[in-house]
Amino acid sequence: MSQSNTESSTTPKAIEVAARPVSTDPSLRPDFIDVRDFSFYYEAEKKALHNLSLTIPERQITAFIGPSGCGKSTLLRSINRMNDLIDGVHHEGDIVVNNVSIFDPNVEVISLRKRIGMVFQKSNPFPKSIYENLVYSLRVAGRNKKSELDEVVERSLRGAALWEEVKDRLHSSAYGLSGGQMQRLCIARAIANQPEILLMDEPCSALDPIATGKIEELMNELKELYTIVIVTHNMQQATRVSDRTAFFYLGKLIEYGTTQQIFMDPKNPQTEAYVSGRFG
Amino acid sequence: MSLSPTVKHEKQIRPKGEVFVWLTAMGLVTGLVMIIGLMGFIATKGLEVFWPRPVTLFELRAGSPQIRGPLPQIAGELITTREKVVHLLDLEGKPVTAGEESQVFIGNKDAYGNGFIYLDCGDILRESRPENIIVAERVEYGDSIFEPVSLQMADGLKVPVSDPKFDTFFHRLVEDAAERRAQILVVEKDQIGRINADMEQNARRLRVLEGEKASAEAVAELKADQEKLQARYEILAKKARELRDRQKVVTLTYRIPSGQERTEAVDNIIDFYYPNRLGFWGKTGVFLGNIKTFVTEEPREANTEGGIFPAIFGTLVMTVLMSAAVMPIGVFAAIYLREYAKQGPIVRLVRISINNLAGVPSIVFGVVGLGFFVYIAGGSIDKWFFSDALPTPTFGTGGILWASLTLAVMTLPVVIVATEEALSAVPRGVREASLACGASKWQTIQRIVLPASAPGILTGLILAMARGAGEVAPLMLVGVVKMAPTLPLDTIAPFIHPERKFMHLGFHIYDLGFQSPDSEAAKPMVFATTLLLVLLVVVLNLGAIHIRNTLRKKYATSAF
Repeated sequence: MSQSNTESSTTPKAIEVAARPVSTDPSLRPDFIDVRDFSFYYEAEKKALHNLSLTIPERQITAFIGPSGCGKSTLLRSINRMNDLIDGVHHEGDIVVNNVSIFDPNVEVISLRKRIGMVFQKSNPFPKSIYENLVYSLRVAGRNKKSELDEVVERSLRGAALWEEVKDRLHSSAYGLSGGQMQRLCIARAIANQPEILLMDEPCSALDPIATGKIEELMNELKELYTIVIVTHNMQQATRVSDRTAFFYLGKLIEYGTTQQIFMDPKNPQTEAYVSGRFG
Repeated sequence: MSLSPTVKHEKQIRPKGEVFVWLTAMGLVTGLVMIIGLMGFIATKGLEVFWPRPVTLFELRAGSPQIRGPLPQIAGELITTREKVVHLLDLEGKPVTAGEESQVFIGNKDAYGNGFIYLDCGDILRESRPENIIVAERVEYGDSIFEPVSLQMADGLKVPVSDPKFDTFFHRLVEDAAERRAQILVVEKDQIGRINADMEQNARRLRVLEGEKASAEAVAELKADQEKLQARYEILAKKARELRDRQKVVTLTYRIPSGQERTEAVDNIIDFYYPNRLGFWGKTGVFLGNIKTFVTEEPREANTEGGIFPAIFGTLVMTVLMSAAVMPIGVFAAIYLREYAKQGPIVRLVRISINNLAGVPSIVFGVVGLGFFVYIAGGSIDKWFFSDALPTPTFGTGGILWASLTLAVMTLPVVIVATEEALSAVPRGVREASLACGASKWQTIQRIVLPASAPGILTGLILAMARGAGEVAPLMLVGVVKMAPTLPLDTIAPFIHPERKFMHLGFHIYDLGFQSPDSEAAKPMVFATTLLLVLLVVVLNLGAIHIRNTLRKKYATSAF
């Protein structure tokens, strides 16, 4: 129980979070994604991220939470260098994934992005068939063998819990799916290449609770194979799915720890204020 | 609450802004009326040309200026009747009316000098519609209006018009003559033409060899080849002569309405009909036949007779070449501007320049095309590759290639602007998704962005084609001619001749309207050609719109 119980009656109760079972396989690296003193500037003076340092463990779900504009999406997009697309950005510090810096000049951005899958807030399937959406990553890598593609399609759709629903209409347009199905299709597309990391930027914010529930269930299965980092506005979701949580505010990392600890026993008063709903 | 009178209450209920509904509707209706009116006018006046008119025989008062032969009569197709134009005022200052006059097409230009006359209605004693009168389309001197007298066959046999078999004979002889004319065309144009081309090439090669002081055997070989070709030419020329002689053998004697009798070879008659014997279906048959001739045949009599097929073909080929040139360049330029270039002051300057280019008057492009493409580029090509043909220019003069490229430059801004708009309309989401899947920027453009923006790009193509097919001024400087003896595409290798001059529908209209020696005969052709040009542009646009709709359905992203 949180201490906020003893304060005024207008303070909402703290969230109950049970301890989450986490794999203790010693081969899994605790610092799979190692953010080292990373700062990010949108233009010369606009500093969006201030000297962030955190380690994201392999095969767990890490959540980034914080109020709007705190930089959590920016950090997420830096991991697969999607921010490179914006003119005028630069950074300081480093992000190291599995012992290799992603900013190393020898690292080709395209191959980096092939190892990291991304799911966006607004589902964005390509204006193609479901089949073509899923095999897109393979086609751009030059793999066009039908047997390989078919196998990938089935594997990805099963992995995203969508196979049964669409297996009879793989060649129909992806835009014929419902909102929740489209997002699951995007998740399937993200895992088609069997990446090591899955980045999800508020994947459920545009979905209804039932669809959200399905995707959260999915995330629990996916974490056995992929390291997942999820940005979310929804604190209940963070408590439901994530193993570790990082709280950001105005571009700074305020607190980082296990989800249970962050929500039930936050050390920083700002963290406590946020998770108990007093702001944000 | 007082009981307000119902009228006042209704007035308050009527929604505000209804005036604007009416005003905007009126604007739309005005536009529609203008378009439909214009189209309808062109369609009516254009199609009127092909509908066969009856021929009226006018008996004339003695002393009429239109008596042109022994009989006081004249016959022809009545075109229109109007008040006589007399610029006089009477004693009270009112304009004097002097009766009416009719414009009549009397044909027989070789006998009468001109085909159209103005007949004073006061001179007409009687009108009738004789059944026996024929209107014949001729190879030379335009249509003829006459009553047949007799046919003189090859073996001396004379078939008078009273003979019941006259009509069948006449029809068959005209068909035979048409067949023989087609044969002569094949022999002269195709076969002899090919030999001429080969001989010319040999002559050029001969000159080159002699210039290089080549071996005597190479020269001898070429000369032997030339002799072989010459021999073949002789055979073909003899064949053509024989055919032409056969054409002159059968003659028709006929009487023109003013009474004189004339005789001419049947081969001069392309087709004929009895205008006063035709019922509705007969007239429809002639109508459709006239349209078919118009669209598929070559022009005769300084473009006032015959068809305009070369102009249709030239316009089509030029539009296709222009589109093939402008689309790749325009689309790639737009892709670079929108996707790759760093958006700064230089890119803004380029974009402004492109937009301004769209407003430059088209004749300026014609002059630029003449200077750059024809003189500089064409002159250089001539110097490097065709120096043996100089001083006769091959590429150093106007031609369909330079015309297409000039129009491509003119329509480039339209394509670039339309493509840029289409590219920027593709939502960021699908672009980011593609990159997140590990695609490179070019792969994203090629696989996602371009297909999604294809409808917008095709809109640019439609606008470019419409503008290109309609512009006449620049073409006059870079390759359009009044009469082109050959088509830019034909069966003589290398099959496509980009250096040839060509005919163009837009220019044809200008030429008919202003440069024609017989403006009355040309007037109906002007409308018919205008109708055809409008139809051509509409067909091209419909094709592109259909493609665009298909693509829209296939590639629509959620943003559209």
